[in-house]
Amino acid sequence: MERQSYSIVLSGEAGQGLQTIESLFIALLQKSGYHAFIAKELMSRVRGGNNTSEIRIASKRVQAFVDRIDLLIVLSKDGLDRLLDRIDENTLIIGEEDYIKSRKTDARLYPVNVKEQMEEIGSQLYTNTFFVGVLSTLFSCDENIARTLLSEQFSRKGESIVENNSKAFDFGKKAAEESNYHFSVKRDDSVKKMKAIKGFETIGIGALSGGCNFVASYPMSPATSVLVYLASHERSHSVLVEQAEDEIAAINMAIGAWYAGARAMVTTSGGGFALMTEGISLSGITETPVVVHLAQRPGPGTGLPTRTEQGDLNLALYAGHGDFPRVILAPGTWEDGVLLSHEAFEIADAYQVPVFILTDQYYLDGEGIMEKVDLSKLERTNHVVKSNASYKRYKITDSGISERAIPGQGKGFVCVDSDEHTEEGRITENAAVRQAMMDKRMRKLSAYKDIDPKIIGPKNYTTLVVGWGSPYGAIKEAVANLDDKGVAFGFFPQVYPLPSRTKEILEKAKHLILVENNASAQFGQLIRRDLGITFDTTILQYNGSPFSVEQLVARIGEVLA
Amino acid sequence: MKETRFDIKGDIAWCPGCGNFLLLQLLKESLDELDVDPTNVVISSGIGQAAKMPQYVNTSFFNGLHGRGLPVATAISLTNPELLVIAEGGDGDMYGEGGNHFLHTVRRNPNIVHLVHNNMVYGLTKGQASPTSPRGFKTPLQTEGVILEPLNPLALAITLGAGFVARTFVGNRELTKDVVKQAIAHKGYALVDIFDPCVSFNKVNTFAWYKEHSYVLGDDWDSSNKIQSLTKSMENDPFPLGVLYKNPEEQPSLAEMHPAYQEEDTPLFKRKRSVKDLTALMA
Ligand SMILES: Cc1ncc(C[n+]2csc(CCOP(=O)(O)OP(=O)(O)O)c2C)c(N)n1
Ligand code: SF4
Ligand SMILES: [Mg+2]
Repeated sequence: MERQSYSIVLSGEAGQGLQTIESLFIALLQKSGYHAFIAKELMSRVRGGNNTSEIRIASKRVQAFVDRIDLLIVLSKDGLDRLLDRIDENTLIIGEEDYIKSRKTDARLYPVNVKEQMEEIGSQLYTNTFFVGVLSTLFSCDENIARTLLSEQFSRKGESIVENNSKAFDFGKKAAEESNYHFSVKRDDSVKKMKAIKGFETIGIGALSGGCNFVASYPMSPATSVLVYLASHERSHSVLVEQAEDEIAAINMAIGAWYAGARAMVTTSGGGFALMTEGISLSGITETPVVVHLAQRPGPGTGLPTRTEQGDLNLALYAGHGDFPRVILAPGTWEDGVLLSHEAFEIADAYQVPVFILTDQYYLDGEGIMEKVDLSKLERTNHVVKSNASYKRYKITDSGISERAIPGQGKGFVCVDSDEHTEEGRITENAAVRQAMMDKRMRKLSAYKDIDPKIIGPKNYTTLVVGWGSPYGAIKEAVANLDDKGVAFGFFPQVYPLPSRTKEILEKAKHLILVENNASAQFGQLIRRDLGITFDTTILQYNGSPFSVEQLVARIGEVLA
Repeated sequence: MKETRFDIKGDIAWCPGCGNFLLLQLLKESLDELDVDPTNVVISSGIGQAAKMPQYVNTSFFNGLHGRGLPVATAISLTNPELLVIAEGGDGDMYGEGGNHFLHTVRRNPNIVHLVHNNMVYGLTKGQASPTSPRGFKTPLQTEGVILEPLNPLALAITLGAGFVARTFVGNRELTKDVVKQAIAHKGYALVDIFDPCVSFNKVNTFAWYKEHSYVLGDDWDSSNKIQSLTKSMENDPFPLGVLYKNPEEQPSLAEMHPAYQEEDTPLFKRKRSVKDLTALMA
């Protein structure tokens, strides 16, 4: 039977090394011409517990979590426990016999004696490769590519390890062949030219593309992966990565680095960002650009450290005392991740404002396949000028933007002050100067060009489903599945300022539906605040999980009925 | 008063008689006498009376947030190691609000000069206790006197691995200039804690008090013995002045150790990413 898509779930313990094998498998899928997506759900522990990964294999672009499980691979004895309500008679469960029978289900079961076979090879560590063999065979992936990827992955560890992995793959292949099961998905040859990618990599690549050469941060899930990605490029791409003593140091370092001529970023999550807020205000008054990657996870407090939520839009929007302009961007697709992160640096430099990239655990830990972006073609403008002897850092201009020089480059002085200041950058309490400086700062975005919302679906919609950030893929797929000629999806890569077309786009619809992965509809609040427009229906979720396609189909469908 | 290339005209917000005036003049003279190019200097400071210093010096400056002078200075120096970077502020700014940065900046060893005006009080906010206020020091807030042990920045810096640790008193012009100049010449992090009386809010630790309760280390002082220097740094009545510790072996600075500076030593801000490097990211 050929289907549009299948969903595979791997269920095991933390510390079983699922990640490496998932990345290998998605590369195999991509090279075999399948679209694919991986969503990860992790518990906040290093060993044990239950972690699951959902791998979707599809004939068309896919970037969304589904509840349905077509194929479940159970890797630990508790692996079934939390998944029972996602299993039905159509699910096929594969795994060690006692694992897959540990709970009664309606599913079809295919027991495999992995432990015994791995013992033959010498270590249970090869279990993951066994299942690559199973999956690769069940989905008719290109076997030669699978073997090449495996040997590339393990060659560093020596020839015997490569050989053992190859044996484990063979065992898996044999188990799949003997099973009589087979899954067939239509291939798309264009996928072979694409790139398998992880969510956090898109932010790292976009940052490097945007000229980021300085990162200071303090580790915090789910933001750390971007920090680690950049650290692995320190030498190859000349990016200086500093682990700060706290988030306050991190943001002040990033601002200091911009002041001296770098393009700097911090990557953090809500709690860490909360500590940075005075620094955001510092960027505001000193007009020093800064880029903040804010990786959301459910709060308040420590919340659910390894789960997902879109609960920090208000934090980004209101962070920092006093009034000053800012820009907030939020990627939905992998391509967005690269392009918006690149753009964040361009905007920060051009307008001398803090720019936020808002992501979340679901986006960052996810993996998928993206269209390659030709980074050499993206625009890069250096706005830094050489100072002359009469240089004034805060010269009043019509645009509100004063030329930015850096210290040591020219005959002038670059005097930057967190107190209210004169054009020369020196402290003042003069009321007229204060007002002129506030007005200057507040008009800085007057020439800013919006990143427009995208309308996906019919142009003549009567119902518009509005979303931002990581639910992009699930909303898109749900709206497509509903297949209603009156319904379109309006996606906002630029969350703030609200793009100038927002009003027109929203007012065109008779019925407005908002989808957000938080408890208080923060984007909806912003739209009401700035435009006075309210949503007819608000679909929210804040249990730590991403939206599934089925839930959105049901909840949007209910409104349409 | 001697004229320097670092002079700038304008109103100064300090109280008449404040020790900061002396230090301002001494810093400008030190820079001038070292023949430093004013356009190559950046002073990074926080907030406080001390932290206003760069406002009155003809150089580039980043007068940022209370307590945050050090991380800004570190980043400036990492981005452009060719600049002379001075981080300057008060005892509250640097040891209180910015205390965590102090600890870790010493460990990092960036090539910066750290000047701390130590008046043992919060001047700008009108006289509360600072981390260096002595026990028993009465303020409108510590109404029955300070009950905390004062922080010892010199001992802390030495134990954290600082390569240059000194203390001076603004009342001693020659010593202050000498120590500041040595700190500028030192490669890596250099701490100068400067006794600098606040005439408005500290009626205990006055010019006369500092003079009476300190002495200058003699020419025969061996600053190269870390344990001996640590012991010396624990003396507090009288307080020793001068270079208490200088690591006889030059240590690599933060920039020199950073992986990003291993392949090339071009300052970070001057580097361009090649098309080849960009395309590699999408391979
Ligand atoms: C985040 C923050 N907290 C508090 C203050 C208020 N404040 C400004 S300066 C200062 C203390 C100043 O003491 P010190 O650093 O010793 O400088 P001095 O005025 O004595 O030279 C305080 C508490 C502030 N500006 N910012
Ligand atoms: S309050 Fe004290 S430290 Fe501040 S200017 Fe006056 S005398 Fe100097
Ligand atoms: Mg003080």
